[in-house]
Amino acid sequence: MTALLINKLTVDHGAIRALSDVSFEVPEGKLAAVIGSNGAGKTTLLRTLSGLKSPTSGTARWNDRSMVGVKPEDLVRRGISHVSEGKSVIPELTVKENLLVGGLWRNDKSDTAQAINEVVELFPRLGERMSQSANTLSGGERQMLAIGRALVSRPKLLLLDEPSLGLAPLIIEQIFTAINDLRKRLNMTVVLVEQNAISALEIADIGVILNLGELVASGPAQDLMNDPALRSAYLGY
Amino acid sequence: MRQFFSTILIGITLGSIYSLMALALVLVWRSTRVVNFAQAGQAIFSTYIGYEMMVRTGNFWFSLLIAIIIGSLLGAGVEYFFMRTLFKHADDGPVAALAPVIATLGLLGVIRSVVGMIWGNEYRSFASPVSTDNFVVAGATIPFSRLNVLVIVGAALVMIAFSIIFQRTNLGLALRASAFQPEIARLAGIRVGPIRTIGWTFAGGAGAVAGVLVTPNDILSPNSLDTLLVFGFVAAVIGGLESLPGAVVGGMVLGIGIAFILNYVSTTLIFPAVFVVLLLSLVIKPNGIFGSKKVRNA
Repeated sequence: MTALLINKLTVDHGAIRALSDVSFEVPEGKLAAVIGSNGAGKTTLLRTLSGLKSPTSGTARWNDRSMVGVKPEDLVRRGISHVSEGKSVIPELTVKENLLVGGLWRNDKSDTAQAINEVVELFPRLGERMSQSANTLSGGERQMLAIGRALVSRPKLLLLDEPSLGLAPLIIEQIFTAINDLRKRLNMTVVLVEQNAISALEIADIGVILNLGELVASGPAQDLMNDPALRSAYLGY
Repeated sequence: MRQFFSTILIGITLGSIYSLMALALVLVWRSTRVVNFAQAGQAIFSTYIGYEMMVRTGNFWFSLLIAIIIGSLLGAGVEYFFMRTLFKHADDGPVAALAPVIATLGLLGVIRSVVGMIWGNEYRSFASPVSTDNFVVAGATIPFSRLNVLVIVGAALVMIAFSIIFQRTNLGLALRASAFQPEIARLAGIRVGPIRTIGWTFAGGAGAVAGVLVTPNDILSPNSLDTLLVFGFVAAVIGGLESLPGAVVGGMVLGIGIAFILNYVSTTLIFPAVFVVLLLSLVIKPNGIFGSKKVRNA
Protein backbone atom coordinates (compact mmCIF):
# COMPACT_ATOMS: atom_id res chain seq x y z
CA MET A 1 0.00 0.00 0.00
CA THR A 2 1.33 3.44 -0.96
CA ALA A 3 1.77 5.51 2.19
CA LEU A 4 3.49 8.62 0.84
CA LEU A 5 2.35 9.97 -2.50
CA ILE A 6 4.02 13.03 -3.97
CA ASN A 7 2.51 14.36 -7.18
CA LYS A 8 3.92 17.19 -9.31
CA LEU A 9 5.26 19.04 -6.30
CA THR A 10 6.62 22.50 -7.16
CA VAL A 11 8.20 24.78 -4.59
CA ASP A 12 9.60 28.29 -5.08
CA HIS A 13 11.94 30.31 -2.88
CA GLY A 14 10.89 33.78 -4.03
CA ALA A 15 11.89 33.97 -7.70
CA ILE A 16 13.95 30.78 -7.55
CA ARG A 17 12.30 27.44 -8.36
CA ALA A 18 13.67 24.95 -5.84
CA LEU A 19 11.55 21.95 -6.85
CA SER A 20 9.81 21.45 -10.17
CA ASP A 21 7.02 18.92 -10.80
CA VAL A 22 8.54 16.23 -8.57
CA SER A 23 6.52 13.02 -8.27
CA PHE A 24 7.29 9.72 -6.53
CA GLU A 25 5.70 7.20 -4.16
CA VAL A 26 6.91 5.37 -1.09
CA PRO A 27 4.99 2.27 0.09
CA GLU A 28 4.40 1.71 3.79
CA GLY A 29 7.44 0.47 5.72
CA LYS A 30 9.89 1.20 2.90
CA LEU A 31 12.96 3.42 2.94
CA ALA A 32 13.39 5.97 0.14
CA ALA A 33 16.81 7.55 -0.33
CA VAL A 34 16.65 10.99 -1.97
CA ILE A 35 20.04 11.85 -3.37
CA GLY A 36 21.53 14.68 -5.36
CA SER A 37 24.21 17.35 -5.13
CA ASN A 38 23.96 20.69 -3.32
CA GLY A 39 21.05 22.76 -4.63
CA ALA A 40 19.17 19.70 -5.92
CA GLY A 41 16.14 20.55 -3.76
CA LYS A 42 16.47 17.69 -1.26
CA THR A 43 16.15 19.79 1.89
CA THR A 44 13.34 21.83 0.33
CA LEU A 45 11.48 18.57 -0.36
CA LEU A 46 11.68 17.50 3.31
CA ARG A 47 10.80 20.98 4.62
CA THR A 48 7.72 20.92 2.40
CA LEU A 49 6.72 17.43 3.57
CA SER A 50 7.03 18.48 7.23
CA GLY A 51 4.98 21.67 6.78
CA LEU A 52 7.83 24.15 7.21
CA LYS A 53 7.48 25.27 3.58
CA SER A 54 4.37 25.67 1.45
CA PRO A 55 4.43 24.34 -2.12
CA THR A 56 3.55 26.55 -5.06
CA SER A 57 1.59 23.69 -6.65
CA GLY A 58 1.21 19.94 -6.55
CA THR A 59 0.16 17.58 -3.80
CA ALA A 60 1.71 15.49 -1.08
CA ARG A 61 -0.43 12.90 0.70
CA TRP A 62 0.33 10.67 3.67
CA ASN A 63 -2.02 7.73 4.18
CA ASP A 64 -4.54 9.37 1.85
CA ARG A 65 -4.62 12.71 3.69
CA SER A 66 -3.12 15.89 2.28
CA MET A 67 0.01 17.19 3.98
CA VAL A 68 -0.05 20.51 2.14
CA GLY A 69 -0.92 23.56 4.24
CA VAL A 70 -0.79 21.57 7.48
CA LYS A 71 1.36 22.99 10.28
CA PRO A 72 4.45 20.98 11.35
CA GLU A 73 3.08 20.54 14.89
CA ASP A 74 -0.13 19.01 13.45
CA LEU A 75 1.79 16.71 11.09
CA VAL A 76 3.69 15.37 14.14
CA ARG A 77 0.30 14.39 15.57
CA ARG A 78 -0.36 12.45 12.33
CA GLY A 79 2.83 10.44 12.85
CA ILE A 80 5.28 12.47 10.73
CA SER A 81 8.62 13.40 12.30
CA HIS A 82 11.32 15.47 10.64
CA VAL A 83 14.95 15.50 11.77
CA SER A 84 16.24 18.60 10.05
CA GLU A 85 19.71 19.19 8.67
CA GLY A 86 22.53 20.00 11.08
CA LYS A 87 21.88 17.74 14.10
CA SER A 88 18.59 19.23 15.16
CA VAL A 89 18.90 19.24 18.92
CA ILE A 90 18.36 22.04 21.42
CA PRO A 91 21.89 22.64 22.75
CA GLU A 92 20.70 24.63 25.77
CA LEU A 93 18.71 21.66 27.13
CA THR A 94 20.03 18.43 28.62
CA VAL A 95 19.95 15.15 26.69
CA LYS A 96 16.97 13.97 28.76
CA GLU A 97 15.08 17.24 28.21
CA ASN A 98 15.70 16.99 24.44
CA LEU A 99 14.15 13.54 24.46
CA LEU A 100 11.24 14.68 26.64
CA VAL A 101 10.54 17.55 24.20
CA GLY A 102 9.75 14.93 21.55
CA GLY A 103 6.86 13.61 23.66
CA LEU A 104 5.51 16.82 25.21
CA TRP A 105 2.45 16.85 22.96
CA ARG A 106 1.51 13.24 23.77
CA ASN A 107 -1.13 12.39 26.37
CA ASP A 108 0.28 8.92 27.03
CA LYS A 109 3.15 9.89 29.33
CA SER A 110 3.96 6.31 30.30
CA ASP A 111 4.47 5.40 26.64
CA THR A 112 6.70 8.48 26.24
CA ALA A 113 8.83 7.17 29.12
CA GLN A 114 8.87 3.75 27.43
CA ALA A 115 9.88 5.35 24.10
CA ILE A 116 12.77 7.17 25.84
CA ASN A 117 13.94 3.85 27.32
CA GLU A 118 13.88 2.32 23.83
CA VAL A 119 15.94 5.21 22.44
CA VAL A 120 18.50 4.66 25.21
CA GLU A 121 18.63 0.94 24.34
CA LEU A 122 19.20 1.86 20.70
CA PHE A 123 21.84 4.52 21.49
CA PRO A 124 23.39 3.54 24.85
CA ARG A 125 25.77 6.52 24.73
CA LEU A 126 22.80 8.83 25.21
CA GLY A 127 21.87 6.91 28.36
CA GLU A 128 25.30 7.67 29.82
CA ARG A 129 24.83 11.38 29.15
CA MET A 130 21.20 12.00 30.15
CA SER A 131 21.91 14.89 32.52
CA GLN A 132 24.58 16.49 30.32
CA SER A 133 23.84 19.58 28.24
CA ALA A 134 23.31 18.64 24.57
CA ASN A 135 25.90 21.30 23.83
CA THR A 136 28.61 19.01 25.20
CA LEU A 137 27.84 16.08 22.87
CA SER A 138 29.97 15.08 19.88
CA GLY A 139 28.55 15.43 16.35
CA GLY A 140 27.60 11.73 16.21
CA GLU A 141 25.94 11.83 19.63
CA ARG A 142 23.96 14.92 18.63
CA GLN A 143 22.71 13.10 15.53
CA MET A 144 21.71 10.13 17.69
CA LEU A 145 19.88 12.54 20.01
CA ALA A 146 18.09 14.24 17.10
CA ILE A 147 16.90 10.87 15.77
CA GLY A 148 16.02 9.78 19.32
CA ARG A 149 13.94 12.91 19.89
CA ALA A 150 11.99 12.14 16.70
CA LEU A 151 11.48 8.49 17.74
CA VAL A 152 9.97 9.52 21.10
CA SER A 153 6.96 10.82 19.16
CA ARG A 154 6.44 7.26 17.76
CA PRO A 155 6.51 8.34 14.09
CA LYS A 156 5.07 6.33 11.23
CA LEU A 157 6.91 8.46 8.68
CA LEU A 158 10.45 9.60 9.51
CA LEU A 159 12.02 12.36 7.41
CA LEU A 160 15.80 12.46 7.84
CA ASP A 161 17.87 15.27 6.37
CA GLU A 162 21.53 14.38 5.86
CA PRO A 163 22.11 12.45 9.09
CA SER A 164 25.70 11.70 7.98
CA LEU A 165 26.70 15.35 7.53
CA GLY A 166 30.08 16.05 9.12
CA LEU A 167 30.37 12.65 10.80
CA ALA A 168 33.24 10.13 10.78
CA PRO A 169 32.73 7.03 8.55
CA LEU A 170 32.41 4.68 11.53
CA ILE A 171 29.68 6.84 13.10
CA ILE A 172 27.88 7.11 9.73
CA GLU A 173 27.81 3.32 9.52
CA GLN A 174 26.38 3.09 13.07
CA ILE A 175 23.68 5.66 12.29
CA PHE A 176 22.69 4.03 9.00
CA THR A 177 22.55 0.58 10.62
CA ALA A 178 20.35 1.98 13.39
CA ILE A 179 18.00 3.63 10.85
CA ASN A 180 17.71 0.43 8.84
CA ASP A 181 17.08 -1.76 11.92
CA LEU A 182 14.49 0.66 13.26
CA ARG A 183 12.35 0.93 10.19
CA LYS A 184 12.29 -2.85 9.78
CA ARG A 185 11.44 -3.43 13.45
CA LEU A 186 8.79 -0.68 13.65
CA ASN A 187 7.52 -0.95 10.04
CA MET A 188 8.29 2.75 9.72
CA THR A 189 8.35 4.55 6.38
CA VAL A 190 11.54 6.58 5.99
CA VAL A 191 12.55 9.33 3.56
CA LEU A 192 16.31 9.73 3.86
CA VAL A 193 17.93 12.73 2.19
CA GLU A 194 21.64 12.18 1.63
CA GLN A 195 24.68 13.36 -0.29
CA ASN A 196 26.39 10.14 0.74
CA ALA A 197 24.65 8.40 -2.16
CA ILE A 198 26.12 4.91 -2.02
CA SER A 199 25.63 4.37 1.73
CA ALA A 200 22.04 5.64 1.45
CA LEU A 201 21.12 3.52 -1.58
CA GLU A 202 22.63 0.42 0.02
CA ILE A 203 20.01 0.46 2.78
CA ALA A 204 17.18 1.92 0.68
CA ASP A 205 14.30 0.13 -1.08
CA ILE A 206 13.63 3.07 -3.37
CA GLY A 207 16.01 5.63 -4.82
CA VAL A 208 15.06 9.15 -5.92
CA ILE A 209 17.63 11.25 -7.75
CA LEU A 210 17.15 15.01 -7.92
CA ASN A 211 19.15 17.54 -9.89
CA LEU A 212 18.59 21.30 -9.82
CA GLY A 213 15.08 20.78 -8.46
CA GLU A 214 14.02 18.25 -11.07
CA LEU A 215 13.43 14.53 -10.76
CA VAL A 216 16.09 12.66 -12.75
CA ALA A 217 15.09 9.12 -11.84
CA SER A 218 13.18 7.12 -9.26
CA GLY A 219 12.75 3.39 -8.78
CA PRO A 220 14.15 0.39 -6.92
CA ALA A 221 17.43 1.47 -5.29
CA GLN A 222 19.30 -1.55 -6.62
CA ASP A 223 18.28 -0.72 -10.21
CA LEU A 224 19.56 2.85 -9.87
CA MET A 225 22.86 1.61 -8.48
CA ASN A 226 23.24 -0.76 -11.41
CA ASP A 227 22.47 1.84 -14.09
CA PRO A 228 25.85 2.83 -15.58
CA ALA A 229 24.61 6.21 -16.88
CA LEU A 230 23.13 7.26 -13.51
CA ARG A 231 26.14 5.91 -11.66
CA SER A 232 28.63 7.98 -13.60
CA ALA A 233 26.46 11.13 -13.77
CA TYR A 234 25.02 11.27 -10.24
CA LEU A 235 26.50 8.60 -7.98
CA GLY A 236 30.14 9.42 -8.63
CA TYR A 237 31.54 5.98 -9.46
CA MET B 1 29.19 48.94 60.11
CA ARG B 2 25.52 49.81 60.70
CA GLN B 3 25.57 51.96 57.56
CA PHE B 4 27.12 49.11 55.61
CA PHE B 5 24.35 46.66 56.55
CA SER B 6 21.65 49.29 55.97
CA THR B 7 23.08 49.86 52.51
CA ILE B 8 22.98 46.12 51.77
CA LEU B 9 19.32 45.93 52.91
CA ILE B 10 18.31 48.93 50.79
CA GLY B 11 20.24 47.42 47.88
CA ILE B 12 18.35 44.13 48.21
CA THR B 13 15.01 46.00 48.26
CA LEU B 14 15.90 47.98 45.15
CA GLY B 15 17.36 44.84 43.57
CA SER B 16 14.14 42.87 44.15
CA ILE B 17 12.12 45.39 42.15
CA TYR B 18 14.73 45.64 39.39
CA SER B 19 14.85 41.83 39.27
CA LEU B 20 11.09 41.64 38.72
CA MET B 21 11.22 44.06 35.81
CA ALA B 22 14.33 42.29 34.44
CA LEU B 23 12.47 38.99 34.75
CA ALA B 24 9.57 40.38 32.70
CA LEU B 25 11.96 41.61 30.00
CA VAL B 26 13.91 38.33 29.92
CA LEU B 27 10.68 36.28 29.67
CA VAL B 28 9.68 38.20 26.55
CA TRP B 29 13.21 38.21 25.12
CA ARG B 30 13.47 34.46 25.59
CA SER B 31 10.12 33.70 24.00
CA THR B 32 10.24 36.08 21.02
CA ARG B 33 13.71 37.72 20.84
CA VAL B 34 12.14 41.13 21.38
CA VAL B 35 13.24 43.76 23.90
CA ASN B 36 9.80 44.83 25.04
CA PHE B 37 9.96 48.56 25.84
CA ALA B 38 6.17 48.51 26.19
CA GLN B 39 6.72 46.52 29.40
CA ALA B 40 6.80 49.80 31.37
CA GLY B 41 3.49 50.81 29.76
CA GLN B 42 1.90 47.43 30.48
CA ALA B 43 3.13 47.63 34.09
CA ILE B 44 1.89 51.20 34.57
CA PHE B 45 -1.55 50.31 33.16
CA SER B 46 -1.90 47.37 35.54
CA THR B 47 -0.59 49.46 38.44
CA TYR B 48 -3.29 52.08 37.74
CA ILE B 49 -5.84 49.26 37.73
CA GLY B 50 -4.43 48.28 41.15
CA TYR B 51 -4.72 51.92 42.23
CA GLU B 52 -8.35 52.05 41.05
CA MET B 53 -9.15 48.87 42.99
CA MET B 54 -7.44 50.34 46.08
CA VAL B 55 -9.61 53.47 45.79
CA ARG B 56 -12.79 51.40 45.41
CA THR B 57 -12.12 48.58 47.91
CA GLY B 58 -9.23 49.74 50.13
CA ASN B 59 -7.93 46.17 49.98
CA PHE B 60 -4.27 46.06 48.85
CA TRP B 61 -4.12 42.29 48.32
CA PHE B 62 -7.29 42.18 46.23
CA SER B 63 -5.99 45.14 44.21
CA LEU B 64 -2.65 43.38 43.67
CA LEU B 65 -4.47 40.25 42.46
CA ILE B 66 -6.61 42.22 39.98
CA ALA B 67 -3.53 44.13 38.77
CA ILE B 68 -1.71 40.83 38.15
CA ILE B 69 -4.69 39.42 36.23
CA ILE B 70 -5.05 42.55 34.09
CA GLY B 71 -1.27 42.75 33.56
CA SER B 72 -1.18 39.12 32.45
CA LEU B 73 -4.15 39.56 30.08
CA LEU B 74 -2.59 42.73 28.66
CA GLY B 75 0.69 40.85 28.06
CA ALA B 76 -1.20 38.07 26.27
CA GLY B 77 -3.20 40.62 24.26
CA VAL B 78 -0.12 42.55 23.14
CA GLU B 79 1.51 39.34 21.92
CA TYR B 80 -1.60 37.89 20.29
CA PHE B 81 -3.09 40.94 18.59
CA PHE B 82 -0.01 43.13 18.08
CA MET B 83 3.25 41.18 17.89
CA ARG B 84 1.91 38.20 15.92
CA THR B 85 0.56 40.49 13.22
CA LEU B 86 3.87 42.31 13.13
CA PHE B 87 5.90 39.08 12.84
CA LYS B 88 3.61 37.87 10.07
CA HIS B 89 4.32 40.94 7.97
CA ALA B 90 7.96 41.53 8.88
CA ASP B 91 9.52 38.09 8.90
CA ASP B 92 12.79 38.61 7.07
CA GLY B 93 15.77 40.94 6.83
CA PRO B 94 16.77 43.93 8.99
CA VAL B 95 13.14 45.12 9.24
CA ALA B 96 12.22 41.91 11.04
CA ALA B 97 14.86 42.61 13.69
CA LEU B 98 14.08 46.30 14.18
CA ALA B 99 10.33 46.56 13.63
CA PRO B 100 9.23 44.80 16.86
CA VAL B 101 11.52 46.97 19.02
CA ILE B 102 10.31 50.19 17.41
CA ALA B 103 6.74 48.91 17.66
CA THR B 104 7.06 48.28 21.42
CA LEU B 105 8.43 51.82 21.86
CA GLY B 106 5.38 53.14 20.00
CA LEU B 107 3.10 50.96 22.08
CA LEU B 108 4.69 52.37 25.26
CA GLY B 109 3.68 55.86 24.10
CA VAL B 110 0.16 54.73 23.25
CA ILE B 111 -0.40 53.02 26.62
CA ARG B 112 0.99 56.04 28.52
CA SER B 113 -1.37 58.33 26.62
CA VAL B 114 -4.36 56.07 27.32
CA VAL B 115 -3.44 56.01 31.03
CA GLY B 116 -3.13 59.83 30.99
CA MET B 117 -6.53 60.16 29.32
CA ILE B 118 -8.24 57.84 31.83
CA TRP B 119 -6.57 58.84 35.10
CA GLY B 120 -4.96 62.22 34.27
CA ASN B 121 -1.30 63.17 34.56
CA GLU B 122 -1.24 64.34 38.20
CA TYR B 123 0.74 62.38 40.77
CA ARG B 124 -1.16 59.79 42.79
CA SER B 125 -0.20 57.29 45.45
CA PHE B 126 -1.68 54.48 47.43
CA ALA B 127 -1.11 53.35 50.97
CA SER B 128 1.18 50.53 51.94
CA PRO B 129 -0.54 47.44 53.34
CA VAL B 130 2.14 47.23 56.06
CA SER B 131 4.02 49.77 58.16
CA THR B 132 6.56 51.97 56.42
CA ASP B 133 8.21 52.91 59.75
CA ASN B 134 11.87 52.03 59.87
CA PHE B 135 12.95 49.21 62.17
CA VAL B 136 14.77 50.11 65.37
CA VAL B 137 17.52 47.66 66.30
CA ALA B 138 19.35 48.05 69.62
CA GLY B 139 18.15 51.64 69.89
CA ALA B 140 19.36 52.58 66.41
CA THR B 141 17.01 53.25 63.47
CA ILE B 142 17.87 51.45 60.26
CA PRO B 143 16.31 52.64 56.99
CA PHE B 144 14.41 49.42 56.40
CA SER B 145 10.70 48.86 56.99
CA ARG B 146 8.06 46.14 56.84
CA LEU B 147 7.23 47.41 53.35
CA ASN B 148 10.82 46.65 52.30
CA VAL B 149 10.39 43.14 53.70
CA LEU B 150 7.13 42.78 51.75
CA VAL B 151 8.84 43.87 48.52
CA ILE B 152 11.66 41.36 48.98
CA VAL B 153 9.33 38.50 49.94
CA GLY B 154 6.88 39.32 47.12
CA ALA B 155 9.64 39.42 44.51
CA ALA B 156 11.20 36.22 45.90
CA LEU B 157 7.85 34.38 45.69
CA VAL B 158 7.40 35.39 42.04
CA MET B 159 10.93 34.27 41.22
CA ILE B 160 10.52 30.93 43.01
CA ALA B 161 7.21 30.33 41.18
CA PHE B 162 8.85 31.03 37.81
CA SER B 163 11.84 28.81 38.69
CA ILE B 164 9.51 25.91 39.50
CA ILE B 165 7.46 26.44 36.34
CA PHE B 166 10.50 26.69 34.07
CA GLN B 167 12.64 23.93 35.57
CA ARG B 168 10.11 21.40 36.86
CA THR B 169 7.06 21.42 34.57
CA ASN B 170 6.29 20.36 30.99
CA LEU B 171 5.03 23.89 30.32
CA GLY B 172 8.42 25.26 31.39
CA LEU B 173 10.21 22.77 29.13
CA ALA B 174 7.97 23.79 26.21
CA LEU B 175 8.67 27.48 26.99
CA ARG B 176 12.42 26.88 27.01
CA ALA B 177 12.42 24.72 23.87
CA SER B 178 10.28 27.27 21.98
CA ALA B 179 12.53 30.13 23.07
CA PHE B 180 15.83 28.48 22.18
CA GLN B 181 14.92 26.67 18.94
CA PRO B 182 11.38 27.47 17.75
CA GLU B 183 11.69 25.46 14.53
CA ILE B 184 12.88 22.31 16.30
CA ALA B 185 10.18 22.83 18.93
CA ARG B 186 7.53 22.91 16.18
CA LEU B 187 9.00 19.79 14.56
CA ALA B 188 8.72 18.13 17.98
CA GLY B 189 4.98 18.93 18.05
CA ILE B 190 5.01 21.99 20.34
CA ARG B 191 2.51 24.71 19.41
CA VAL B 192 5.00 27.56 19.62
CA GLY B 193 2.48 30.40 19.07
CA PRO B 194 0.36 29.76 22.18
CA ILE B 195 3.52 28.98 24.18
CA ARG B 196 4.89 32.44 23.25
CA THR B 197 1.63 34.00 24.36
CA ILE B 198 2.05 32.29 27.73
CA GLY B 199 5.57 33.77 28.01
CA TRP B 200 4.16 37.28 27.43
CA THR B 201 1.36 36.54 29.90
CA PHE B 202 3.86 35.66 32.63
CA ALA B 203 5.91 38.77 31.81
CA GLY B 204 2.80 40.98 32.06
CA GLY B 205 2.00 39.50 35.48
CA ALA B 206 5.58 40.02 36.74
CA GLY B 207 5.53 43.64 35.54
CA ALA B 208 2.26 44.24 37.41
CA VAL B 209 3.75 42.86 40.65
CA ALA B 210 6.78 45.17 40.24
CA GLY B 211 4.55 48.21 39.60
CA VAL B 212 2.21 47.61 42.54
CA LEU B 213 5.01 46.77 44.98
CA VAL B 214 7.13 49.82 44.09
CA THR B 215 4.29 52.37 44.21
CA PRO B 216 3.67 52.63 48.01
CA ASN B 217 7.33 53.77 48.29
CA ASP B 218 6.98 56.12 45.34
CA ILE B 219 4.48 58.23 43.39
CA LEU B 220 2.24 57.03 40.57
CA SER B 221 2.06 58.84 37.24
CA PRO B 222 1.88 57.71 33.60
CA ASN B 223 5.70 57.96 33.41
CA SER B 224 6.60 56.77 36.88
CA LEU B 225 7.82 53.31 35.84
CA ASP B 226 10.07 54.51 32.99
CA THR B 227 13.11 54.58 35.26
CA LEU B 228 12.25 51.08 36.45
CA LEU B 229 12.19 49.93 32.80
CA VAL B 230 15.71 51.31 32.21
CA PHE B 231 17.02 49.79 35.44
CA GLY B 232 15.27 46.49 34.74
CA PHE B 233 16.81 46.40 31.25
CA VAL B 234 20.27 47.11 32.67
CA ALA B 235 19.75 44.35 35.26
CA ALA B 236 18.69 41.93 32.51
CA VAL B 237 21.83 42.77 30.47
CA ILE B 238 24.07 42.34 33.52
CA GLY B 239 22.46 38.93 34.06
CA GLY B 240 23.09 37.88 30.46
CA LEU B 241 19.65 38.71 28.99
CA GLU B 242 18.74 35.04 28.59
CA SER B 243 18.68 33.62 32.06
CA LEU B 244 15.96 33.93 34.71
CA PRO B 245 18.46 33.46 37.58
CA GLY B 246 20.63 35.97 35.69
CA ALA B 247 17.79 38.53 35.83
CA VAL B 248 17.57 38.08 39.61
CA VAL B 249 21.34 38.26 40.15
CA GLY B 250 21.60 41.21 37.72
CA GLY B 251 18.87 43.04 39.64
CA MET B 252 20.65 42.42 42.94
CA VAL B 253 24.06 43.50 41.60
CA LEU B 254 22.48 46.68 40.26
CA GLY B 255 20.37 47.37 43.38
CA ILE B 256 23.27 46.87 45.80
CA GLY B 257 25.67 48.78 43.52
CA ILE B 258 23.29 51.75 43.34
CA ALA B 259 22.68 51.67 47.11
CA PHE B 260 26.42 51.83 47.80
CA ILE B 261 27.03 54.70 45.37
CA LEU B 262 24.04 56.65 46.75
CA ASN B 263 25.03 56.06 50.39
CA TYR B 264 28.79 56.45 50.12
CA VAL B 265 29.34 58.78 47.13
CA SER B 266 26.39 61.04 46.32
CA THR B 267 22.61 60.82 46.28
CA THR B 268 22.48 62.80 43.03
CA LEU B 269 24.43 60.18 41.08
CA ILE B 270 21.70 57.58 40.55
CA PHE B 271 21.81 57.51 36.72
CA PRO B 272 25.61 57.64 36.42
CA ALA B 273 25.65 54.96 39.14
CA VAL B 274 23.52 52.63 37.01
CA PHE B 275 25.85 52.93 34.06
CA VAL B 276 28.97 52.59 36.23
CA VAL B 277 27.57 49.31 37.59
CA LEU B 278 26.66 48.20 34.05
CA LEU B 279 30.12 49.06 32.68
CA LEU B 280 31.95 47.35 35.54
CA SER B 281 29.78 44.23 35.19
CA LEU B 282 30.35 44.01 31.45
CA VAL B 283 34.10 44.61 31.79
CA ILE B 284 34.30 41.72 34.25
CA LYS B 285 31.76 39.47 32.44
CA PRO B 286 31.33 40.75 28.85
CA ASN B 287 28.49 38.31 28.09
CA GLY B 288 26.66 38.99 31.31
CA ILE B 289 26.84 36.91 34.47
CA PHE B 290 24.77 34.00 33.10
CA GLY B 291 25.05 34.81 29.39
CA SER B 292 26.73 33.09 26.47
CA LYS B 293 28.32 34.61 23.38
CA LYS B 294 25.51 33.22 21.25
CA VAL B 295 22.87 35.06 23.27
CA ARG B 296 24.63 38.40 23.05
CA ASN B 297 24.89 37.94 19.29
CA ALA B 298 21.24 36.91 18.85
